Amino acid sequence: MSNNPYLPFRAPILSKTRQTAVDWTYHIGCSLNPVPGQFVEVSLPGVGECPISISDFTPDSVELTIRRVGKVTENLSRLEEADYLYLRGPYGQGFPLEQFAGRHLIIAAGGTGLAPVKSVIRHFAERPETLAGLTILAGFKSPEDILFRPELESWSRSFDVQVTVDQVCDVPVPSPGHVGLITALIPDLAIPSPTNTRAIVVGPPAMMKFTCAELLRRGLKEDQIWVSLERRMSCGLGKCGHCRVGSTHVCLDGPVFNYAKARKLVD
Amino acid sequence: MGSLIEAAALDELLRLLKPKYRIYAPVRLPGKGRFSDTDLIGYAEINRSRDIVFNERSYFSPKEILFPVNQTLFYFTESQWREPETDDREILVFLRSCDLEAVKRLDQALLHNGPYPDSYYQEARAKVKFVLMECQEEFEGCFCASMGTNESRDYAFSIRPENGAYLCDVREDLEELFGRLGKPREHEPAFVREHKNPVRLPDNPEAFSEHPFWREYSERCIACGRCNVVCPTCSCFSLQDIFYDDNPKVGERRRVWAGCQIDGFADLAGGHSYRRDKGERMRYKVLHKIYHFKEHFGVNLCVGCGRCDYACPEYISFSRCVNKLAELEDSTKAEANRKLGDTSAAVEVKKDVK
Repeated sequence: MSNNPYLPFRAPILSKTRQTAVDWTYHIGCSLNPVPGQFVEVSLPGVGECPISISDFTPDSVELTIRRVGKVTENLSRLEEADYLYLRGPYGQGFPLEQFAGRHLIIAAGGTGLAPVKSVIRHFAERPETLAGLTILAGFKSPEDILFRPELESWSRSFDVQVTVDQVCDVPVPSPGHVGLITALIPDLAIPSPTNTRAIVVGPPAMMKFTCAELLRRGLKEDQIWVSLERRMSCGLGKCGHCRVGSTHVCLDGPVFNYAKARKLVD
Repeated sequence: MGSLIEAAALDELLRLLKPKYRIYAPVRLPGKGRFSDTDLIGYAEINRSRDIVFNERSYFSPKEILFPVNQTLFYFTESQWREPETDDREILVFLRSCDLEAVKRLDQALLHNGPYPDSYYQEARAKVKFVLMECQEEFEGCFCASMGTNESRDYAFSIRPENGAYLCDVREDLEELFGRLGKPREHEPAFVREHKNPVRLPDNPEAFSEHPFWREYSERCIACGRCNVVCPTCSCFSLQDIFYDDNPKVGERRRVWAGCQIDGFADLAGGHSYRRDKGERMRYKVLHKIYHFKEHFGVNLCVGCGRCDYACPEYISFSRCVNKLAELEDSTKAEANRKLGDTSAAVEVKKDVK
């Protein structure tokens, strides 16, 4: 059968870096040239397939940051450099980077929500002059759950980066560190011109809901905010139905949505 | 071309078609019914005309012929993938108007949604021809006339049993065979016209997404998913890997039917889940069937076959639910008009006072 969209291809793990007790970042050798915010279906034959957002990419590799939470990711966590995994994609709609040019961009990410926006940040870190400003708010459960510590450190040299944790422990939080929810950081945020501000909010459903509410309170309009939704995309091709919400397929029309649209989706 | 064909001649026709076609029709499966000593009407390959059950609705729809319950997508051996061998024969399916219309919905969902057609469905679909089984009237709980799926004409031939013989309207390349085995007889297939079980669709059921009336289903539904599996247009599935016990390096990736009413359908890795409540699942399903699919594809997904009502062990009625939504909409509109009436009446009164 030609044109079988379900067939994955084999790709080598170029490197594997531990992020936390349960998260690893893998560099995979393949040339996908995705749009930041898109996802791939990652599989291990005999175990299964699951959707994973692309955390970054180069012309000949993709970076996946994967939390060990299920059957496939548990088995993925046992793979090492030079092992192989299987991929299909990239799928879905990513972030509309052109919409952010010349704007003040606020990126609020909760937990693994930092992964799908990491390549957006890298994009602007390479061209800081194309934005009026970039504020990065990253929230994690505890200091031990902080992802991309070196990157947060390096971004903080060019941008306003604020990390907050729900609870402290003896592991340090990158400065300026906060304790509490991401929503608590928004009232004090410097937003010189709400009309010239755009925001990206990615994280658990409750975090996204309340963070968007806070941003609206600061004068942003719904259509100035973008979110990325997490659903169980089994096929990634708009067929299997698992990620359908109303007449929207998250795998095709998302996972990145303008909030004006996402807000109206009734699960 | 109209044709009257005797049972023996139809058997001969089926026999002549057999080398080229796999022929499926609703058949009686003795003892397989839901209750003791009852039969199940389901789809299977047939050899003779008397195998075909004309006077009852099949419990399962013909969708399993094009979209099997469990389908191997490919076999894998270490790093090699191999797609399953396919049967070169064409497929002939005996079905009713509603089920033929349902296939068009499956085409939308599996071929036309998203940038790539589903290659497995596409391959099977390209080989299928349909035989339209005439319905003289709606069966118990059917409502095709309400859904506009009572008349479907994309058939190779139509068939109606008539005094031990069959009346057919023949098209396409089968005219020669019918010319040889049957007698010419003017025939136009009949379609269901009378609404025995009228179902009225609401204009905007989304407005009632949060309405408390869904709660009845939260309590009643047991998430068995029978409504999903008997539905001719439910086409959700999950991808699943298995490996062979003797050699874990060898196995296959399959797709298996999934259903939005069944636990786990909207689970995410890590514990989060959408629509844990069964009333929300009912709302999700009903709105898809009578509203959301149409938003996207211009036709309603439900074809009114009535199988879900018949299959539900908890006596939940889809058609009743849809009618209830229409009634809710009516009463909401009436209420709004009444309020509007009150306001304009008040304005009138004010004018009078002046």
